[in-house]
Amino acid sequence: MTAFDLADAQRTTPALVSLRAVGKTFPNGLVALADYDLDVREGETLTLLGPSGCGKSTVLRLISGLASPTAGSIDWSAPDIKNNIGFVFQDATLLPWANVFNNVFLPLRLGGLSRQDAAPDVNEALAHVGLADFARTLPRELSGGMRMRCAIARALVTRPALIMMDEPFAALDEVTRFKLNDDLLVLKRRLGATIVFVTHSVFEAAYLSTRIVVMSRRGGRIIDDIRIDPAIARDDDYRSSKSFADICRRASQALRISIEEATQ
Amino acid sequence: MIPWRDIGVPLAVFVATLALWEGLVRWKNIPPYILPAPSAILDKLIEDRDLLFSSLLVTLGVTFEAFVIAAVCGVALALLIAQSRWLERALLPFAIVLQVTPIIAIAPLLLVYMQPGNAVLVCAFLVAFFPILSNTSLGLASVDFGLRDLFDLYHASPWQKLIYLRLPSALPQFLTGLRIGGGLALVGAIVAELAAGASGQGTGLAYRIVEAGFRLDIPRMFAALALISLSGLAIYGALAALSHVLLRGWHESARAQDE
Repeated sequence: MTAFDLADAQRTTPALVSLRAVGKTFPNGLVALADYDLDVREGETLTLLGPSGCGKSTVLRLISGLASPTAGSIDWSAPDIKNNIGFVFQDATLLPWANVFNNVFLPLRLGGLSRQDAAPDVNEALAHVGLADFARTLPRELSGGMRMRCAIARALVTRPALIMMDEPFAALDEVTRFKLNDDLLVLKRRLGATIVFVTHSVFEAAYLSTRIVVMSRRGGRIIDDIRIDPAIARDDDYRSSKSFADICRRASQALRISIEEATQ
Repeated sequence: MIPWRDIGVPLAVFVATLALWEGLVRWKNIPPYILPAPSAILDKLIEDRDLLFSSLLVTLGVTFEAFVIAAVCGVALALLIAQSRWLERALLPFAIVLQVTPIIAIAPLLLVYMQPGNAVLVCAFLVAFFPILSNTSLGLASVDFGLRDLFDLYHASPWQKLIYLRLPSALPQFLTGLRIGGGLALVGAIVAELAAGASGQGTGLAYRIVEAGFRLDIPRMFAALALISLSGLAIYGALAALSHVLLRGWHESARAQDE
């Protein structure tokens, strides 16, 4: 598939959610986003890349309803998608007093499900992330990687069509990070959810994504929109391939423009 | 659980101090109405046990009652205050005024209007109430931002946020408030009993101290004092143990003691 065909195919996939001329100005006058357009298309793993404070996280918060735009609109292809969004925060953000099972059970409990009714879904989500044997463990007793797996299981347990991930692996060591990247790809293939991912890492973006959007420091202007063939197998060969290197180079160049703009 | 050195060292120092005290009194032949030896205090404790222990029960009963009421009211008011800034503005200043006014100055006034028993109860309540209120309020207000977002994401109702997020988040601070309040309830009860004792009324342990003072029965004063100290220690120990059991495994304060 050539780059042109690929872009064409992605363009015809319906947008799950569309941000149109979205602006977000905080009460203290800080402009996080201005006149921002973005289509998140069904099935893609869309990575937002950019320097700190460029509004990446704000985009996630706006889409998930944790914040409201001060301008523009957010349009959904189906309203029920909006009410069931998974979110993986930068810290695992687990309830420290609750064990792994109860942490993953939380979204269903808040949705009114009893423990008994929720148990199959909770156990399935735990199995997906390899924590089936740790259901009774408290977060403090888990490693950083396992805590993040627990947070991912919690995001999956409601079977959302759309999952937001805000630098989920930033605090982990490289080995754990690579492992979780691979696990995320497996989960993605199995569950087919659309993912919007935020990262600082060009390599992580290039490895995981089917699309990378590089944002500018000011107002989140989109500097580059890089599409990656979803059919490419994501493995060690891909990491050392020329196409991977090309994508990293292009993303890095865009990121450099963004950072230079920031320091001006 | 608790390492030997944490019990052994202070215990050894305590025993050594008692021995030194005992030795000093015997060596210098200090009369018991000036400074009774520990052995004389113990003898007095055994001799007057009926009187002293029945007084102790009165004091502890009032302390416990006041403490429970303070805990219930403290948490209830903390929850009310957490619901609205207006309630906080309206109620918190009064709680602070009560806290900063020394209880010893309030006690005689209470005795004018109330039966001594009730005055003691109110005094103990007043001093125990504020630490529980302020610590619980702090706990309810200091919920992790990420967890707050999480609950918003899943459209949690205010009730669900309270039960599953804010109350458990506030538990460590609430328990701190209980530990402080428990000790202070005893202080409040003793202060009110002293004030009541000055006017010749009362049955509590502090009243026995005042009474024994009038009779220059110094060993009995020490015996009553020892019982008050032990009660304070027991209250603190029980609440610290409760806190340890409830927070074990997840909260830093309980884990630090384990390591």
